[in-house]
Amino acid sequence: MPANFVPTAAEYFRVLPEILLVVVATLIMVLEPLTSKPSKRALGWTALAGLVAALIPAVLGELAPGTAFSGMVMIDGFAVFFRVLVIAAAIVVVLMSGSYLRREEAEGGEYYALLLYSVAGQCIMAAAGELIVVFIGLEISSISSYVLAGYLRRAKLGNEAAAKYFLLGSFATAFLLYGIALIYGATGTTSLQGIRNVLAHPHSASSAMLVGAAAALMFVGLAFKVSAAPFQIWAPDVYQGAPAPVSAFLAAGPKVAAFAVLIRVYMTAFSTVGASWTGIVAASALLTMLVGNFAALVQSNVKRMLGYSSIAHAGYVMVAVAAHSVTGTAAAMFYLAAYVFMNAGAFAVVAQFSRAGEQFVEIDDFAGLGWRQPGTAALFSIFLLSLIGVPLTAGFFGKFYIFKAALDANLVWLTVIGLLTSAVAAYYYLRLLVVMYMKEPGDALQDLPPLSAGTRTALWISAAFTLVLGIFPSLVLNYAIAYAHLGK
Amino acid sequence: MNLLDAVLFLPLAGFLLLLFVPREREEAIRRTALVVSLVAFVASLALLVRFNRAEAGFQFVANLPWIAQPAIRFYTGIDGVSLWLVLLTTLLTPIGVLISWRSIDRRVKEFFALFLLMEFGLVGVFVSLDMFLFYVFWEVSLVPMYFLIGVWGHERRIYAAVKFFLYTMAGSVLMLAALIYLYNRTGTLDYSVLLQMRANGRLVFDRVEEVVLFLGFFIAFAIKVPLFPLHTWLPDAHVEAPTAGSVMLASVMLKMGCYGLVRFCLPLFPGASRDLAPSIAILAIIGILYGALVALVQPNMKKLVAYTSVSHLGFVVLGIFTFTELGMNGAVYQMLNHGVSTGALFVLVGYLYERRHSLEISDYGGVATVAPNLSAIFLITALASMGLPLLNNFVGEYLVLQGAAQASFRWAVCAAIGVIFAACYMLWLYQRVFFGETRPEVAAHMPDLGRREWAAILPLVVLMVWMGTLTQSFLPPITKSSAAILDTTKVGVSFDVHRHPLADPRPPGSGLAGRQEVARAR
Repeated sequence: MPANFVPTAAEYFRVLPEILLVVVATLIMVLEPLTSKPSKRALGWTALAGLVAALIPAVLGELAPGTAFSGMVMIDGFAVFFRVLVIAAAIVVVLMSGSYLRREEAEGGEYYALLLYSVAGQCIMAAAGELIVVFIGLEISSISSYVLAGYLRRAKLGNEAAAKYFLLGSFATAFLLYGIALIYGATGTTSLQGIRNVLAHPHSASSAMLVGAAAALMFVGLAFKVSAAPFQIWAPDVYQGAPAPVSAFLAAGPKVAAFAVLIRVYMTAFSTVGASWTGIVAASALLTMLVGNFAALVQSNVKRMLGYSSIAHAGYVMVAVAAHSVTGTAAAMFYLAAYVFMNAGAFAVVAQFSRAGEQFVEIDDFAGLGWRQPGTAALFSIFLLSLIGVPLTAGFFGKFYIFKAALDANLVWLTVIGLLTSAVAAYYYLRLLVVMYMKEPGDALQDLPPLSAGTRTALWISAAFTLVLGIFPSLVLNYAIAYAHLGK
Repeated sequence: MNLLDAVLFLPLAGFLLLLFVPREREEAIRRTALVVSLVAFVASLALLVRFNRAEAGFQFVANLPWIAQPAIRFYTGIDGVSLWLVLLTTLLTPIGVLISWRSIDRRVKEFFALFLLMEFGLVGVFVSLDMFLFYVFWEVSLVPMYFLIGVWGHERRIYAAVKFFLYTMAGSVLMLAALIYLYNRTGTLDYSVLLQMRANGRLVFDRVEEVVLFLGFFIAFAIKVPLFPLHTWLPDAHVEAPTAGSVMLASVMLKMGCYGLVRFCLPLFPGASRDLAPSIAILAIIGILYGALVALVQPNMKKLVAYTSVSHLGFVVLGIFTFTELGMNGAVYQMLNHGVSTGALFVLVGYLYERRHSLEISDYGGVATVAPNLSAIFLITALASMGLPLLNNFVGEYLVLQGAAQASFRWAVCAAIGVIFAACYMLWLYQRVFFGETRPEVAAHMPDLGRREWAAILPLVVLMVWMGTLTQSFLPPITKSSAAILDTTKVGVSFDVHRHPLADPRPPGSGLAGRQEVARAR
């Protein structure tokens, strides 16, 4: 136990992003009843300002690495990376939300407040130095996102999505909690570093069963959150049912934060026994890629297709996790950064295109978009090509680096099958390109509104990151490689 | 930035420029595309002038850091093989622009922008000396072609475009896997460094490893060539593509596969290449004969020309896998020949289509009476394509057959039958389309060549004659570089001593006599 219970200023600085997010979110809740309907738009701007304000200390966190609150919070390059990523993802989501909510006549403070709370939870997850904090962060993030999924009260599918997400999500959280309890029983600590130290000594061999069970339970909980097979069933329904900007958010923030936790737990706490888990993680990765890519082939609803596609992409990241190496961790970090922007961009186009009540979300509805709104379609094409993994986009380099890590770890079959499924994936992304450019415009293009300024900004930010990460990957990759040595 | 990179990046600059031209100004868009592609062509001619023919190594080398970790460099340069392929690309792009001038009348801006982007990708493939960079360009050239087929193609264009993309993608991911493995083994994807490591024994593969890696690359290249039985995407893509797309596809894109075999498969995996050469040669011969026979019975002109590509590229692959200097020279020469003469065939078929709006041979007949110039040009091209002496294909096919005869006489005999078939399908096609009675619907729609059409086809016809007669203008750099490539394949391979061509009494046309003939032909 540290002698000094009073946190220092440096420790407060290390959690400043979370503090700012929570304060601004609460402020929005307070302001919500005081604002008239036309001026609700200001709440969106407040949320955006809060996120940008939180982004600054999140970026600067790199200057003051260290722990806070007796090791509860651990700010290292890894945490900085993921905190910046989830905040940036939220910025893109907020930008695309405004016009969507106005169209659905549902603009309200609680949407932005919940979003900010959720981001705060994700930041806590990324920076957690011990398992209880992981759990708290996960709960903050999840509960807010359950509500967000059902934000449009009158939408039937949205209600179904929220209920399903909530029930299955709580179930998974229970698994995680059970795992935490078991590992506490086995090692007497919940600190990640502490667990690692205990497991590093051979005398803990007597509790190998217990440790194994704990690790398995935690894996189930986290695999659910990242939608890795066989715990992915909820994802397509939720992504289809939730409002499109919320789907974009769910596919980005919570997933990224859960991956951060998964990697950190397996690379630090369980690093000494983690190697024996490679088989299970690899099997899950393989199954995830197969299920995601093959199920996406037969979807006709774009949101559902992107849901399956996000499962497939979780599979690729699982490949990097299965590599269980520094390169693997760096590859996962890079890929998640690439994935967040290309996926959020794709959802932003869908959110814009679907119009009131989300009537136009079938693939065929996009027919002729390439000639009616060439700019939107060109940006959408960039995201789709990146999701396919065509060179000079972020998705390609991410995939290259992930499978490099996998081959480094001798996962030859996983690499070959993974790459082949990514060739299969090309088919369903191509379908969108086909209808956009090679089919004649249909009814869905009647009175298509121009892009709102917010959505346009979101699209340009996402496209810029997708291309920059694809052409100059070193900008992010060097950072990822430098900070992928977790607990080493 | 050196001259080569200027040639590489000019089309990209043109692409970006076109994005900012308003879409209503169609004439300006066409002119811009033409000017940019012509400037790139002139720049590549300067490349030719300044190319040192006495040197076998890479010239105009640029080697800049690109990605720090994993170590990937922007490393470009050309040798005697890639020099000509770059020139072929830069020559055919302005021709492609010219023949699309009127035939592309909707979505003009996108068409020409993508066309230039494709040129960027194609040139990039031929100049990349970092294998990662090579892969990047390999895929980058795929996307514009996909759109060219899918948007501006004929009725079944979507099917053809998707098939084309998926076929190539499936091959490329295997190449990507092999590439990553290679990187993990060596820590570099720099072509020269890899060759050095191979030569000084720091990079040694065990047998299985080498064969698997070889196949990873080979399948990707074989799909692109296309080698029988991986050719099924080709007829669809060719038939459905717009004329300029077919031209670029046949003349340049198929060469990417052949080039990959020569540049990467052979030097990096010589053992596996030599072990598998007999099987590959047999596939190539099957391709030669099968392609020719299928071409014979096609009712659709474009499909017919597409299948002749399968046949002609069989010669290229056969030449490469003879592991003889003559065969290799012939293969490279044949790549260029095929680019020129099949490109010209597609251009001419496109001219016919623009007039009659049909690709069915049965819709034609008697064209020679109403369009004598078009018919004469077509005849020269057809004769070149079937390998008539003094025209280009003869030289390439001759060298390949000569090389094949040195490797195995049986191969040469079988492949030579393909040349006979070539005469059959070409002459029969010519007879049905150009001779016979002129039907009124043909006569009504068949003006002779216009000025722009002349401008597009004439360079190709000149080249056919030039390449068929003055081989010396083209062959020396190829010989230098292909000898160097052949040398690299001898690393770690035991001497092959079973028969010496001089001591071997063989039928005329092979052995010493053949060699002297070749010497004269040069």
